Amino acid sequence: MALEQLGPQKGAPLLEVRNLQTTFDLSKKLSVRAVDGVSFDVHAGETLAIVGESGSGKSVTSLSIMGLLPKGIGRVSAGSIKLHGQEITSRSDAEMREIRGKEIGIIFQEPMTSLNPVHTVGQQIAEMVIRHEKLSHQKARARAIEMLNLVGIPEPTTRVDNYPHEMSGGMRQRAMIAMALACEPRILIADEPTTALDVTIQAQMLELLDDLQRKLGMAIIFITHDLGVVAEVADRVVVMYAAQVVETASVEDIFNNPRMPYTAGLMNSIPRLGSSINKTKLKAIPGTVPALTSLPDGCRFNPRCAFVTDACRAALPPLETATESHQIRCTRWRELSLNERQAS
Amino acid sequence: MNSPLLKVENLRKYFPIRGGVLQRVVNNVKAVDDVSFDIMAGEVVGLVGESGSGKTTVGRTLLRLEEATEGSVRFDGVDVMGLNHADLRSYRKNMQIIFQDPYASLNPREKVRDILTHPLRLHGIGTASEHDDRAAALLEKVGLSRDHLDRFPHEFSGGQRQRIGIARALAVEPQFIVADEPVSALDVSIQAQVINLLEDLKTDLKLTMLFIAHDLGVVEHICDRVIVMYLGRVMEIASVVDLYSRPNHPYTKALLSAVPIPSPGKRRDRIILKGDIPSPINPPSGCVFRTRCPLATDECAEVVPQLKSVGEGQTSACIHTT
Repeated sequence: MALEQLGPQKGAPLLEVRNLQTTFDLSKKLSVRAVDGVSFDVHAGETLAIVGESGSGKSVTSLSIMGLLPKGIGRVSAGSIKLHGQEITSRSDAEMREIRGKEIGIIFQEPMTSLNPVHTVGQQIAEMVIRHEKLSHQKARARAIEMLNLVGIPEPTTRVDNYPHEMSGGMRQRAMIAMALACEPRILIADEPTTALDVTIQAQMLELLDDLQRKLGMAIIFITHDLGVVAEVADRVVVMYAAQVVETASVEDIFNNPRMPYTAGLMNSIPRLGSSINKTKLKAIPGTVPALTSLPDGCRFNPRCAFVTDACRAALPPLETATESHQIRCTRWRELSLNERQAS
Repeated sequence: MNSPLLKVENLRKYFPIRGGVLQRVVNNVKAVDDVSFDIMAGEVVGLVGESGSGKTTVGRTLLRLEEATEGSVRFDGVDVMGLNHADLRSYRKNMQIIFQDPYASLNPREKVRDILTHPLRLHGIGTASEHDDRAAALLEKVGLSRDHLDRFPHEFSGGQRQRIGIARALAVEPQFIVADEPVSALDVSIQAQVINLLEDLKTDLKLTMLFIAHDLGVVEHICDRVIVMYLGRVMEIASVVDLYSRPNHPYTKALLSAVPIPSPGKRRDRIILKGDIPSPINPPSGCVFRTRCPLATDECAEVVPQLKSVGEGQTSACIHTT
């Protein structure tokens, strides 16, 4: 296989995360590694989804990139995060504030995490562009209206003077996206942005993000536990389990050719539409996600894995490269065939 | 056909909004507005809808955890709304509920043994010596073991707690269970375990269940029939096969098309509904869905559409579909 294949990966990555380790000091004696040796790249214009269940470390990974770990508890304890080739893990709070908003836009699950209730939506968007792009107040207001229009808020010239509470939930979500994108960041980090939404509103938001990505060309890091959403939005997928990456691949390979038993197990666990005609039982993964304070020896998935051997219990398998775009953390990946769903 | 185990007719639940100095009722939240349906013995009926659709309120009203504003609920021929306090207790022995949040629904100070035997003591079922065996048998039925009897809820994971919640609901051998979003707080891999458990229990115990959920994939897996609600009203009722393969109501169609499909590249023609769900305080006149409906006409603002038959066992409340 030619290593220098052209494809979505060409060019230097926008964001490079290497062996990221994030430690939470829970007490003087007890620390846990909420992120343990995570590496991935994000390229211009692509959507990378980070998926995992609760406690997998997906949200802590994103907080580490944004420099928003809880002070005095969480810290990046090793590894590097490079934005445009520049290390950002050692930046001061003031420098990180410059990066957030201008280089990296952020949207959260709950819009009121980002929106300030005592200022109008227009003021908040304008403040962003005044701060980062030194625009005049008049131009900043014009940009705010332009952004509200871009995210599909009707009558943006009047809505710009609304306070967040005067907007409906869906509109607030849009206002938050407008604010995150006001300075045209190259990367948008979306942390479970549609999890709290009803499906019909979720569909609106996914369409909006897709549309905006095509217009503005930014890269999106999409953090979610919803595999249906992943299949719709992602170009590439990072699957996390118990603070580590267990598989990375293109979205097609993750869904049609998963090679780590945990990923394959997740695919079989989702109740898919069509089950009323095609009656099949879900294949559940037995057991539960281990606590970070009591991880099993060897592969962290081994107590739940149907293919476990002594070798899996003896040593933690490294993340191995199967093809240039497909990496797997499994002692037995070469011999297992897991893609039984492919027929469908 | 047999008579239904549960018959709900014209159920309404309005929550008053008080205002002004005298705290007079100034308006109502019409959480449930004129809802009627039947559930046959041994049937699992899904109740789906988005936030504010009133699905949880329907479930709570059936058990009289909320008092209905109007309408009738008959369980096995008995008028549930007319029961006095004492009769209500014995009635509740027949009807149990499984809650969404396994962290909030179990008493943190009680051992699993007490959580499971509490309903038995309350209803005077069996003797104290039998209770332990009964509790252990329940735990085994939901995939836990006798060893777990002396543990407290905090020692269990979310999925295990939900199993305990299910065991508690089964303790008094109810004829009917309301399951209110029983798997939505769980991770995908754990969710599948609990869905499988509920499916096994459905077969083994011939459970009759009202399964309230917003996840259409889960509902299709577990239910025989489905009721679709929007803003306090029923939009469509159909068998699970009909609803998913030939939805009739424009809302059902939009809802189904909005579900993300976990297969990359399989994007469908999606019906994207415009706008938000209106407030249940001032729902739209006529058909409550008309403000977002692609088929809406002036006529839709005039009349409240009634459920009409659109196929064998399929009813839909839309004046534009047949």
